[in-house]
Amino acid sequence: MNTLVKLRYRFWPDKIFGELLQKSWMETAVPLLVLLAVIAFFSARIDTFISITSISDLLRQACELGFVVLGMSIVLIVGGIDLSVGSIYALSNLFALYCINVLGLGMPATVVATLVVGGLLGAVNGLLIGYFRMRAFLTTMVTLIVYKAANDMLNAKVAVQISANFPDAPAWDYLGAGTLLNVPVIVWIFGLVAIGGHVFLTRLRAGWHVLAIGGNRRSAYNTGLPVKRVVALSYAASGMFAAAGAIFYASRLASPGADTGKGLEIVVLTAAILGGIRLGGGKGSVMKALLGTLIVLLLTNGMLRMAMSAGASRVILATILLLAALLDIRWFKNRHKAVQELYVSPNYMELPPPQPTARDSGSPFALNDKLRDVETIGLGEVEAPEDVVLDSDNNLYCGNRHGDIVRFFAPDYKRHEVYAHIGGQPLGMAMCQDGTLLVCVGGMGLYRVNRDRSTEKVTDETNRSLLSIIDDSRLRLADDLDIAPDGRVFFSEATVRYEMHEWPTDSLEARGNGRIICYDPKTRKTTTVLRKLVFPNGIVMASDGQSLLFAESWACRISRYWFDGPQKGKVEVVINDLPGYPDNLNRASDGNYWLAIMGVRSPVFDLAMKRPAFRRRMSKKLPGDEWLAPNLNTGCIVKISEQGEVLDVLWDLGGENHPMITSMREHRGYLYIGGIHNNRIGRLRLADADAEFVDLKVSHA
Amino acid sequence: MQGSSIQTSHRSRAFGIFRGPGKAAGFDQLKIVSLLFVVIFVVYALLLPGFFTVGNLLTLMRTVAVLGILGLGMAIVVIGRGIDLSMIASLAVPSALVLMLAASGYSVFVAIGLGICMAIGIGILNGILVAYAEIPSLFTTLAVGIGIAGVGQIGLFDYEIVSWPPQLDVIAWIGRGSIAGLPYSVLAFLATAILVGIFLRGTRPGLFVYASGDNPGAARLTGIPLRPVMVMQYVMSSCIAFFAGLVLSASSASMDTRIFNLTWIYDVILVVVLGGIGLSGGRGGVANVIIGTLLIGTVMNGLTIMDVSFEMQNLVRGLVLLLAVLADSLINPRNEETAQQGDI
Repeated sequence: MNTLVKLRYRFWPDKIFGELLQKSWMETAVPLLVLLAVIAFFSARIDTFISITSISDLLRQACELGFVVLGMSIVLIVGGIDLSVGSIYALSNLFALYCINVLGLGMPATVVATLVVGGLLGAVNGLLIGYFRMRAFLTTMVTLIVYKAANDMLNAKVAVQISANFPDAPAWDYLGAGTLLNVPVIVWIFGLVAIGGHVFLTRLRAGWHVLAIGGNRRSAYNTGLPVKRVVALSYAASGMFAAAGAIFYASRLASPGADTGKGLEIVVLTAAILGGIRLGGGKGSVMKALLGTLIVLLLTNGMLRMAMSAGASRVILATILLLAALLDIRWFKNRHKAVQELYVSPNYMELPPPQPTARDSGSPFALNDKLRDVETIGLGEVEAPEDVVLDSDNNLYCGNRHGDIVRFFAPDYKRHEVYAHIGGQPLGMAMCQDGTLLVCVGGMGLYRVNRDRSTEKVTDETNRSLLSIIDDSRLRLADDLDIAPDGRVFFSEATVRYEMHEWPTDSLEARGNGRIICYDPKTRKTTTVLRKLVFPNGIVMASDGQSLLFAESWACRISRYWFDGPQKGKVEVVINDLPGYPDNLNRASDGNYWLAIMGVRSPVFDLAMKRPAFRRRMSKKLPGDEWLAPNLNTGCIVKISEQGEVLDVLWDLGGENHPMITSMREHRGYLYIGGIHNNRIGRLRLADADAEFVDLKVSHA
Repeated sequence: MQGSSIQTSHRSRAFGIFRGPGKAAGFDQLKIVSLLFVVIFVVYALLLPGFFTVGNLLTLMRTVAVLGILGLGMAIVVIGRGIDLSMIASLAVPSALVLMLAASGYSVFVAIGLGICMAIGIGILNGILVAYAEIPSLFTTLAVGIGIAGVGQIGLFDYEIVSWPPQLDVIAWIGRGSIAGLPYSVLAFLATAILVGIFLRGTRPGLFVYASGDNPGAARLTGIPLRPVMVMQYVMSSCIAFFAGLVLSASSASMDTRIFNLTWIYDVILVVVLGGIGLSGGRGGVANVIIGTLLIGTVMNGLTIMDVSFEMQNLVRGLVLLLAVLADSLINPRNEETAQQGDI
């Protein structure tokens, strides 16, 4: 039974679904699938649905429609809607034909004039909606009628004139019927515009403004964005795009028909919503607009080819429109929840039974009260000192949760100052002989504080692994570091799937989400050297200078990894049955190692580790604060040898002075103790320690 | 305490400037529109030959009666902070269905019963999509209207114009007869107005409509069944539209299902907005619809007498509506506290 469970969790890729769902391109994948389905459906029903001869005409139509959809998309993204595009399309068509046929303006002048007219017609919407704050839907619906009425009146006057004249403008004809490299001209132009639109929305400041205003109008206003102007301009742009579509329509058909653009707004709206551009704003891309356009065009063409009545295709279009809006709204409302539920993917983990800790068990971990006499430093003055480190002048440095590095002055550590402000929670630290401080900062990466207190980033990214779905190049939770004799910095990243404050969720997964990363100061390159570690935490160089010891918290084990020498690449488990969750590892003066145990294992959590289905159910059904989590209240300090023998254990049995421990640092006969949930730093006199020992690294960085 | 009370008074003063103290603003608009109506009426009567005649006034009233009935249905939805653009579809399609069923031999009761069922079905569809699926009402009702009109075109009717069958002549009086010179269609409008007035002001569901339109979140918190109330609004509006359709087809002896393509729905919105029922919901009542209807009817009647072309009339109506919506958005600005993101 257990083997089955193990195999299932070893080989069934649960986490892939959650990670895929989190990708923003997934929302574009859905309309793509719909498009393929539409093509497949009609190709099966109609013999020559897509053929070489029809495809050129189809592309021309698609691009004409595509222009209008692009305009509508911008308006939708900014949080509005533009129903007047159909009438603007019709008026622009009429205007362009009048310019070219009757006035004989020539191609460039006609194009520019028509674009301006379209932009102006759209700007009326923009003025009313952006500056007078009228409702987009009603306003554009009314301008739809007004423009339509104007179009009808003008059409009656100029249609005969237009039909009577034949323009002599080859450039104009080229626009409508010409090809470049066998591809219609319009496709080239539309392609350029689409790429420009993509760059605008994703790379340019103005495009970000559009997205921000659509996402939350009030916040955008509060951050100082020109909301009114951007909204107004987006309607002008929509009008201009409609005019662009109309120019090509006019040059292709040269028809001033009274029905031009009738019902276009519904088609365009369906295209945009189907493509996945959100009704209500804030989301959308050029790609989505393109996909939606193609879907709708193929649908309407297919329905036409299947000889459906106008009524039937309207019903189908309206139904699709409503369904797409429904899906979009429901999905957007529940997306966050769905992603969150699917993202957590617990794994099977079987831990060896822990070594006993009972006082009279005779175990090396037996409880004692050796930490009772810890002095406190900075009581109530520091918050969350995960690690402590001392310099050659005996000054003490620790991080706090406000993102500072605090320095306590020797010899009495009564006075303190903010040594440097980094901005993220400092975790593991290492002091170099020259006074340079290297810090792992949660959520930020590896940082350096120079002697002159200037801080600089050492590295915040590593190589992207080839097959991972989530982006694992960014450092999410750099945890502890040590420096090899040749200057390379090895540091652990506890998890690539969660942020620092989400560590309890990572513990629930019990999967190898973490890794060890190496930064080489000579090449300034960062590379991942060891993957799939279960919350790797403390790191310390071993005595041979070719290997390091590292702790994996949720796996309750210490391993040794050779990064150089004849055994390069080898990983060997040193201890695998710790009674608690190991945290930082540091050197002791006698050549052994100090290990912090941040919390003690409980039978319930150990059992839960073997029941991934239970943990998954828990993560779905219960709010996060009611989940099981590793206990981080009571821990101890352990002295271990390189071979994994437990030499000494220090507990605070009464829990009075220093029960919570995440790190310790030996310095000149004292042990300094940090704890991430503490408001103090502990200091313990070591009886038989080398009074001159300092834990300083050789700096090459 | 001190500070907070000062703040509250600031707030209420600020709101007073922009929104007016609730009812007073609506009342003022009602007065203004009434005055406007009287002025236009007098000007027309003095300047337009043939306007102030019994025949023309009866025509005027007959033409606006149906518009007024539709306006009453729309008013219910708009007060509940929605809008129903599918009203013309639910005017045309169910009543054309009744005509067709009666013509093909069903009894009058069965035919009308099925028509009502269809109207209720349209209302429920709208209501569920708006209330439960949370699609914006403008969007929902636009698409549903198109869909219903399409259904009428494909499945139900052989011709686009369905004529009034003799079998239905027993109820033809609702659109044709007259009592003491007043056409029945006008009486139908008045009767609907009284019923809707009683519903809105005198019954619990009616007050719920006001409450949910004024502040949906607060209405829900106080325990009003917000979503069912919304569905009810749409059911009522489509039923009223169906009734208007019967009156219309009786008076013109046919139902033209292409009516959906016309811009009639904008007249209905115009009546409601111009009358002073704010689109942000929770304000106004039957009196506003009546005065709005009279105003629009008079203006349009005058334009017809002046022989203004259909397109020009559309243009004028559109511009007037634009001004009305603009004025509405200035007088009754959307309440940012209760407006929803993406409320288009």
